[in-house]
Amino acid sequence: MENLDQLVQDAVSAFANASDGAQLEQAKAGFLGKSGSLTERLKGLGKLPADERKQVGAEINRAKTAIETALEARREALREAHLFEQLAAEALDVTLPGRGLHQGGLHPVSRTLERIEALFRSVGFIVADGPEIETDWHNFTALNTPENHPARSMHDTFYIEGRDDVLLRTHTSPVQIRSMLAHVERHASEGTMPDIRLIAPGRVYRVDSDATHSPMFHQIEGLWVGEDVSFADLKGVIADFLRKFFESDDLQVRFRPSFFPFTEPSAEIDVAFMGGALKGRWLEIAGCGLVHPNVMRFGGVDPERYSGFAFGMGLDRLTMLRYGINDLRLFFEGDLRFLSQFR
Amino acid sequence: MQFSEKWLRTFVDPQLDSEALGHALTMAGLEVEEARPAAPAFSGVVVGQIVATDKHPGADKLKVCKVDAGQGDLLQIVCGAPNAATGMKVPLAVVGARLPDFEIKAAKLRGIESFGMLCSARELGLSDDHGGLLELPAEAAIGRDLRDLLSLDDTLLTIKLTPNRADCLSLTGVAREVAALTSAPLSVPSCEPVRPQIDDRREIVLEAPQACPRYCGRILRKLNAAAATPDWMRQRLERSGIRSISALVDVTNYVMLELGQPLHVFDDDKLAGAIRVRFPRAGETLQLLNEQTVEPTSDTLLIADDAHALALGGVMGGEESGVTLATTDVFLESAFFAPAAIAGRARAYGFVSDASHRFERGVDFALPAQAIERATRLILDICGGVCGPVVEAVSVADLPLRPAVTLRPARARRLLGIDLSNDAMASLLARVQLAVERDGETLRVTPPSFRFDIEIEEDLVEEIVRLHGYDEIPTLPPRGRLAMLPRSDAGRSVWDVRRMLVARDYQEVINYAFVDEAWERDFCAASDPIRLANPIASHMSVMRSSLIPGLVATMASNRKRQQSRVRLFEIGRCFERKSDGGPVAGYHQPVRLASLASGSALSEQWGVVGRSVDFFDVKADLEALFEPGQLSFEVLAHPALHPGRAAAVILQGRHIGIIGELHPVWVQRYELGVAPVVIEVELELVLQGLVPTYNEVSRFPIVSRDLALIVESSISAARLLDTLRKGASSIVKSIALFDVYHGKGIDPDKKSLAFRVLMQDAQRTLEDAEVDAAIAAIVSHAEASLGARLRG
Repeated sequence: MENLDQLVQDAVSAFANASDGAQLEQAKAGFLGKSGSLTERLKGLGKLPADERKQVGAEINRAKTAIETALEARREALREAHLFEQLAAEALDVTLPGRGLHQGGLHPVSRTLERIEALFRSVGFIVADGPEIETDWHNFTALNTPENHPARSMHDTFYIEGRDDVLLRTHTSPVQIRSMLAHVERHASEGTMPDIRLIAPGRVYRVDSDATHSPMFHQIEGLWVGEDVSFADLKGVIADFLRKFFESDDLQVRFRPSFFPFTEPSAEIDVAFMGGALKGRWLEIAGCGLVHPNVMRFGGVDPERYSGFAFGMGLDRLTMLRYGINDLRLFFEGDLRFLSQFR
Repeated sequence: MQFSEKWLRTFVDPQLDSEALGHALTMAGLEVEEARPAAPAFSGVVVGQIVATDKHPGADKLKVCKVDAGQGDLLQIVCGAPNAATGMKVPLAVVGARLPDFEIKAAKLRGIESFGMLCSARELGLSDDHGGLLELPAEAAIGRDLRDLLSLDDTLLTIKLTPNRADCLSLTGVAREVAALTSAPLSVPSCEPVRPQIDDRREIVLEAPQACPRYCGRILRKLNAAAATPDWMRQRLERSGIRSISALVDVTNYVMLELGQPLHVFDDDKLAGAIRVRFPRAGETLQLLNEQTVEPTSDTLLIADDAHALALGGVMGGEESGVTLATTDVFLESAFFAPAAIAGRARAYGFVSDASHRFERGVDFALPAQAIERATRLILDICGGVCGPVVEAVSVADLPLRPAVTLRPARARRLLGIDLSNDAMASLLARVQLAVERDGETLRVTPPSFRFDIEIEEDLVEEIVRLHGYDEIPTLPPRGRLAMLPRSDAGRSVWDVRRMLVARDYQEVINYAFVDEAWERDFCAASDPIRLANPIASHMSVMRSSLIPGLVATMASNRKRQQSRVRLFEIGRCFERKSDGGPVAGYHQPVRLASLASGSALSEQWGVVGRSVDFFDVKADLEALFEPGQLSFEVLAHPALHPGRAAAVILQGRHIGIIGELHPVWVQRYELGVAPVVIEVELELVLQGLVPTYNEVSRFPIVSRDLALIVESSISAARLLDTLRKGASSIVKSIALFDVYHGKGIDPDKKSLAFRVLMQDAQRTLEDAEVDAAIAAIVSHAEASLGARLRG
């Protein structure tokens, strides 16, 4: 019987020595094949006397089961080793970059404007628009700035050749007039006109060019006209906006008297940051005021019944302050090295 | 307007330091733009007198001075200034003095001890003058602190005045505001009439009384025009940014700053007969004091005598009748010109003057008579001489009116959102010299002659809130009736579109809307673009009719900065002439979207065979923008584009834009290196999406058949596809192109296009026979219409 145990041991070690499937099958044949040593033993059973045959047969079968189990275990081990090798060979350098299109980017002024629009929409302002080649009437006269008014010298205006009544708008304020006229017409049959609540962002033009002035730049106009709109509401909307825009609850906001022909009373709005490079300095950021009664009348709105406020902010300036950009001209030079920083 | 704080404090002297005073003015609407010291900080500099100078034994250019600093002993000081001379009084920085740049110590200069330093104006930071020692007046007391002597502890305030506040274009005006804001007492200069010593008078005729309703004049004789302007006056002028010119001119400028009344002096010997204030005659010309010769337009007011035009009234004097240092007799003018008669006139001749700046905004019409007395007093004090009586011509009916303005305090409270009593409002208004009368629940307010900006109720509301303080207005969160804003299902926002382009690797840019005329000619064949009358530069002189040239230029500039792969987009207005419609008649101003792609299709990366972006890459970007809308394309001839690689973009039968590769001529001329592929479409149509429509999903299997057809090369894929669709029966759900083949096995003038046809029925499984019949119908329709044949 010892040699049966030996045989099983021999098989186990032969299987262990087999390093691939073919060698294993070859080793298997040496024990379980037609002329394998275990097969030979089984064949020899017949020669044994009947009383021994049963016992010896059972022992040989036990040995066979042990060899088969060892074989299966080795097969499994070899399969696993093979799979492991295969997977190892398929391994990627996962640190290589991904392939395909990357993302482009929005212009920083657009990025700013998208947020501003969202902020104002959240309190019910719509976004309005107006032409950039504008009539003298909409840009000045209807905004209470008649010809030769000293305030006209505050704007250096681009005129269209051959026309003294057509110009590039110097501010987004003409949208106030266009929007009021359209709104009044739309609601002419209603007893009480619903509030006008809008912002109007866009390009504006002035004859000016240096590090802080560009002949084309962006403004954002705001207008709220209703039955009981006051200067206190104006302060509320502007202060709320500026704190949300700069994400700074302790931003200092100051309103100071000023003059614009199309608002009265008028104010300049200054902000001061509590930290950062510009800490503590008052920075002029916008102009605003209650809509002048003449402007209301030009817009078809009765100033005795309705009141309203308007404001105008420099979109480029807000963007510069937000991101710490110091030269306005960068916005219009299309330099990808600059623009791609605002993804 | 710039002035000295010390001068202001002679009018009104509130208990506020410079900074607090500046803040009070700013918060009342007189923005202090700048407050800068009259001189930099220094100490230990006194008046010294040089009592002896000797040559330095060891240096030719140095002198050894003995200086009296009022300390008893004379100080020995080595000095290199060429003008150092015995008897001179000069600034002396004593040992221990701190100058702007350094501290003075006792030192040996080339072996000689020196106890201090004699100073130039530049060394003290007073001016850039480095010509030598600053010479001090002979009467300056030896040992007196220089800061005290020259009144250097002063601040120069610059106020940025808004155009409505012309009444503050003088020290008196600013002082009135300060008094109103601080309740400090106000003292204004005396304008006591000067008794005439001679009877000489010149008649004044107001020929245009609406433009000039009041004119005061007076003759002064036996003057010494060469007399020196007193130091105090010169200093105040200089600290107001006005250079001293001559005593007579200085006095007129001084009184203008002091009271706000522009004045003019004529050389009386040059005048003939009466002074006439009139509009010009045809062909009249005038040489101005700035040496410019003008031919005044018919609405420009002139001051003339019986013979000639002398000056542009309220704008500038004439050269011919001006005073010189030899002048002995003058005619002094102090007049009121109506703002409407002055507004814009100086600008039309290309300049502004202090006088026109004031008159066009409004000068107190009660002031001329006072100002002429003040100026007379100063001239006689400085130049000697005698004066004649003031002759005043006035057309009372043409003087501005100051009607009372009614204020409804309840309305003011509503507009401002504050609770301020009627009494409080009345007292605020009274502080700025507005006359207030109660009339039940309203106030009747009459403005003084110096205020040109109080005409309507809102003007009073503004005064109230300005004086009460903007800080006192509460900051209320907005309240209103809530209504939801519309939100379209089909449409997309411009932000959605921008984000789509960003996701496809485009960078947004913003280019100028005015461009080089050559761009319009080259890229748009625009021979008559919309030109600006006053462009800032020739390359920014016409309005763009397309966004593409700007993108091309931006690509070129980026390639110069070593960016070889440039993918850009812009959304902005273009401008075209159009006879009708639009918000501004004659000008069509559509907002367009344009993109440009150049360089490799993908950014340089591993594992990808690099290839340049081509027409079809960009076409996919374009189609994605409109999905699920279906675009079609037609061959297009366009001046900017490659004639064989350009297409018109069509949506629902409408031409909405272009796509194509840039024409090689422009690639070369604009030094682009590679040809970009560009798109330009109307933004409005990109924003119009579609509301999805639902179709039942069939449970029955899809049958797919592939079909290769050979056609003439000239037949476009779109045309063939269109034909196939026309031949398709109702079970055909889609026909899609999946291959294009030219070459071996096909005639050289033909091509093979392969399509996948998907068929399905909503109610049942299709049978082979009907599928075969559907395919046969498609093929035969293509054969009949386009001569297509099935590829074997």
